[in-house]
Amino acid sequence: MGSTLAQKVWADHTVLRGEAGGDDLLYVDLHLLHEVNTPAAFDGLRAAGRTVRRPELTVSTEDHNVPTTSPLDGFDDPAGRRQSVQLRDNSDAFGIPMYRRGDEEHGIVHVVGPEQGLVRPGMTAVCCDSHTTTLGAFGAIAFGIGTSQVEHVLATQTLWTRRPKDMAVNVTGALPAGTTAKDLVMALIAAIGTGGGQGHIIEYRGPAVEALSMEGRMTLCNMSVEAGSKAGLVAPDETTFAYLRTRPGMPQGAEWDAEVAYWTSLRTDPDARFDKEVTLDASAIRPYVSWGTNPAQSLPLDGRVPSPADFDTATQRAAAERALAYMDLKPGSRLTDIGIDTVFVGSCTNGRIEDLRAAAEVLRGRRVADGVRMLVVPGSAAVHRQAVDEGLDRVFTGAGADFRPIAGCSMCCGLNEDRLRSGQRAVSTSNRNFEGRQGKGSRTHIASPAVAAASAVAGRITAPTDL
Amino acid sequence: MEQFTVHVGTALPLRRSNVDTDQIIPARFVPYFSPTGQGNGLFGDWRDDPSFPANLPQYQGATVLVAGNEFATGSSRESAVWALQKSGFRAVVAASFGDIFRENALMRGLLPVVLPSDAVERLWELTEADPTTPVTVDLELRQVRFAGRTETFRINEGARDRLLRGADTISDTLRHEAEISAHERRRRPLLPTTTRSAS
Ligand code: SF4
Repeated sequence: MGSTLAQKVWADHTVLRGEAGGDDLLYVDLHLLHEVNTPAAFDGLRAAGRTVRRPELTVSTEDHNVPTTSPLDGFDDPAGRRQSVQLRDNSDAFGIPMYRRGDEEHGIVHVVGPEQGLVRPGMTAVCCDSHTTTLGAFGAIAFGIGTSQVEHVLATQTLWTRRPKDMAVNVTGALPAGTTAKDLVMALIAAIGTGGGQGHIIEYRGPAVEALSMEGRMTLCNMSVEAGSKAGLVAPDETTFAYLRTRPGMPQGAEWDAEVAYWTSLRTDPDARFDKEVTLDASAIRPYVSWGTNPAQSLPLDGRVPSPADFDTATQRAAAERALAYMDLKPGSRLTDIGIDTVFVGSCTNGRIEDLRAAAEVLRGRRVADGVRMLVVPGSAAVHRQAVDEGLDRVFTGAGADFRPIAGCSMCCGLNEDRLRSGQRAVSTSNRNFEGRQGKGSRTHIASPAVAAASAVAGRITAPTDL
Repeated sequence: MEQFTVHVGTALPLRRSNVDTDQIIPARFVPYFSPTGQGNGLFGDWRDDPSFPANLPQYQGATVLVAGNEFATGSSRESAVWALQKSGFRAVVAASFGDIFRENALMRGLLPVVLPSDAVERLWELTEADPTTPVTVDLELRQVRFAGRTETFRINEGARDRLLRGADTISDTLRHEAEISAHERRRRPLLPTTTRSAS
């Protein structure tokens, strides 16, 4: 029997195979760090008198706490500032390269790794952040870890972890015009639930996946974790190689050809077996928006707010009831009747250039509705430069949106100065609509950049085609 | 890490599913919080509700948290584990867990136990009716025992062994230095390094 792509990459990195029921010891090719979940890991290293085994396979960036208004201080939270300073000090002390606010390589950790050419097919990558799954877009195995595991990887460049099962998500057909990777992944999670991928690595396959750009594949893999899966990946192909070709530090000439030959070999064998398979018809997917407080509580935009009675199990009914109360929504009302006061375009899900282009496309010649605040935050300094080169900054500011000069997580996570006040309601291109995610009492509807921009113009949840 | 063999305590019933780590410890508490420092923030936003189980006097002192399915999904923040440990919890029983939380908990010595939904339901009923109900979590026998009922659970053997010994995982791993070095010699030569362009 053949192997899946994930099995091949896993086997290539297995230092020690776990006994039955035990963990494998996995080698880590790339370890990314950010400021929030790392201070205790460095404290632990220091306390034990340990060093970082492979600083040249490690890189850090400051993204969660940092203000995105300017490269200068600007913190409104002293603990946030302290964590940035700690990461800078720890990176210096342990010889780890760092992308700082204001550097040309700086940005959200999951955006800059690929941009800097550090993520390539067949690698393993980990980071102290659940959305590390983003990097699977390159045919790598990439997943989030906690602080104790960060300390372990820093000290040993390895990680004990359970070998995941294999799940195939086959996406047939083609996404209709105006429907994006974000809608695809939201439709998938709505179908399989927040635990649908639990214990598995998802391989996304099929023509609709192959047709996605690298940006789209990153959006798709980013939200793999919202389906509960360990990781998500896409087999490398010409689209992958074309993206990598332009990245810094790539091998050239015969070495490049050798790499491409190896990357091309990274495919699931025709006779490989998946533990679980799901098929989705892309042509039936429409723009999605979340109504509840987890990403599976999402529906096509032209739907209505569900009633708890619509759900099969008591658990789902109770969860829907809680979500409706928290979100202050009435069953049966149209999703497109939900008024909003904030729109956030950005994050590691949808803060890349393609996302900013999609939002700008909708905003061109239009204005953000009175009383609505729209924030556009590039995922990296490189995305910011590109947006300015293309004149997107003028589209955003001309429409009355706040286009930020510095990259960061901004309003995705409620860890910096960009927060919703209690009771405020946002359409956000981020990945989590959890209670309080964007600030205590915040209400979040996640959607694609185009839907977010259209909603900003209309002042309520709106499809671009309805403007 | 904290050693775990057999623990007997009382339980806090948390009758909710999909309790993500943003609920266990909201983001704004995280930068203030370390495993050794002050502060906590456990279930920060839900504490405003006086009827929230963790606020009720009868559950103060509980050491086993009993939650529904998909407990601690979402953000990788290990502070979710630290907050539970600092509040006195030694084990969490749930119908299913977020992967990263489960691994974080195993690294720190907070035991995550998966039991079938009907056992979770029974634990909720019992501990709601009588908050003093003793619950035994036995890692040696891989059992949870309560009110005459015995539930067995599965746990990966490497983690179980480290928990039973209270081992320092890094020291354990470094005993495999030879295998790690051998792997490093086998790595493909053209893999990227981070020192190339960064400051
Ligand atoms: S943008 Fe949001 S989801 Fe992504 S890394 Fe930052 S906080 Fe996490």
